[in-house]
Formats: sequence, structure tokens, C-alpha cells
Amino acid sequence: MEIKVMHQVMEWNEDVSDAVKEELSRHNVCLINVLGSPGAGKTSTIVSLIDRLRERYRIGVIEGDIAGQIDADKIHALGLPVVQLDTDGACHIEAMSIQHILTEFELDKLDVLFVENIGNLVCPAEFNIGESFRLALLSIPEGDDKVEKYPLIFATSDALAMNKYDLKEYFGFDDQRVERNAKAANPDIQVFRVSSRDGMGLDELTAWVSKRIDETIAK
Amino acid sequence: MHELAITQSILDIAENAAREHGVKKVREVRIKIGDYSGVVPQCIQYYFDLISKGTVAEGAKLKMEKLPILMRCEECGWQGEVDKHHIECPACGGIRLRLLQGREFYVESLEVD
Repeated sequence: MEIKVMHQVMEWNEDVSDAVKEELSRHNVCLINVLGSPGAGKTSTIVSLIDRLRERYRIGVIEGDIAGQIDADKIHALGLPVVQLDTDGACHIEAMSIQHILTEFELDKLDVLFVENIGNLVCPAEFNIGESFRLALLSIPEGDDKVEKYPLIFATSDALAMNKYDLKEYFGFDDQRVERNAKAANPDIQVFRVSSRDGMGLDELTAWVSKRIDETIAK
Repeated sequence: MHELAITQSILDIAENAAREHGVKKVREVRIKIGDYSGVVPQCIQYYFDLISKGTVAEGAKLKMEKLPILMRCEECGWQGEVDKHHIECPACGGIRLRLLQGREFYVESLEVD
């Protein structure tokens, strides 16, 4: 005998993601999910964005990291609330982890919460964490074929920043290929070319991030 | 390595449905999964065999049917299957494509006694 079920497998995560979103919306906080490989420059880009946004917004950071506290220390040095989410070997962050860790922040004193996801182009793409939007990073040394190899992460992100753009010539990196494939996977994706080292493109990225924050928290 | 959490969810869904219908034994769990997903089906079956021991779904086979990625070209109106590693319109080469299918992931039905 057959029983019809029609039940979403990811519902356990989606329900919590929606709950996180609701709680953040009650406190008027915008959560930004930052995704990318290990070494793509997630921490440096977050630090650069914080430098440019901190006059306007009250910012906190959740550092997802498999082990260690190097990234959290870097953010802590900026004097902002930062909580380390030690996922102990996991490949991604789930909404449940964010829900638990939100209790460690005074949400009424925040406008923006950056989440640095686990360095990985596969698993984090599958899990919503209550984010307002997703920013994916791809650094030049990783190669210009990564959008084709890992399309889901780019299909689900609102913006793609090609980081370490100052290295483009050394790696013969075809940025047009990346942009074309990203837009094919996701016609709505915004594409930026940045370098956290020399500051190139960061003003444009900051302007876009700022616009998305304003739309979320209606400041 | 997120297959374990996903497998737990599949088992929960199967157990709940079995309980609702007063079922004694689940023989097969039929799952539909869009081709965009990075989930490894063999991994899911392996975990399922381990965690379903002693439940109504012990020994059940997971039948995971892949749903191909379907897109519509906004340039020329073509509609059909697209390779996720080479996304473009095969008719006109355009890249303004809208996803019609490929992100699904659900338990469709159970075969039960």
C-alpha cells in the first residue's frame, strides 16, 4: 500500500530559519550570510565592510569556524560584539545554531549582524540561516571555473564579490567567464570586483550592502 | 557531512506518517530531489540503515528520484533541461534563464504494509 506524504525534507531547518528571521525583524536587525572557500577573504572583507559601515550602523559578528579563534580575535580587535560559533568539524552552519547564539547578543543594540559561514562552497549553500541576504566571495587564486563547478552557492546568493582582484593578471583569471556563469545561474545576482588589500571596489560593494541593509531595517 | 541531519529528517517524516496511518512496516521511502542539491544518495541510505534500527522503517529502501534542472530562456522562450555545470540556453546561447525545477527535496510517499 502507498501512503502519500509530500513533506519537505529541509523543513526542520527552514522553520527555524523563518523563526530567526522573525526575531531579527522584531529587533530590526539585518543578518548578512557571508559565504566562500577557506582563504577567499571572508574575514578581511567583513573587516573592510565594518570599517566603512560602522559610522552608520551598530554591527555584530558571528564567526563560524571549524576550530580555533583566529578570525574571532581579528573582529574582537575592532571592539565589536563577536561570538564564535564553534561547529566542531561541521561543514556548514544551521539555522538552529544561529537561533541559539542570538541569545548572546543584545539585539536591540544592533542594526547589522554579519555571519561568517564555514569555508566551503558546497554545504552552506543548502542551509538558510535566517539571513536577509547572502554575499558570496570568490577569490582570484581559486580559479575562474568555480561558478560552473559549484553553481548552487552562486544561484542562491544575492551578490558575488570577486576578491583579491589585484591578482587577476598573475592568475590569468577570466572575470567575464565568472560574471557570465554567475548571471546564468542567477539573473538577479550583483557582481563586484574587489580587493581588500588595496581597497579597490570596496566603496561600490559597501554602497550595495548599505542599500540592502536600509531596505531590511528601514532606517 | 550534513547527510546525517538530513537522513534524520527523512526518518522523522517516515515515522510520523507511519504513525498517523497506523502502519506496522515501512518498506520503501520515495524521495524526490532536484539536481541542484549536493546531497549524496548513497550516504543517506547508509545513515538511514544505521539510525532506523528498531523503528517502523528499519530495513526500508530509500528510492531517491532525481529531478533534472529545468529552465526557461527569457530571451527566446526555449524551455527544457539544463546541465548545472554549463548553464546557458541551448537554443540561443542566452543566459537570462529562470529556474522552473531543480531545487526540490521532499518525501513523496511511503510503501507500507
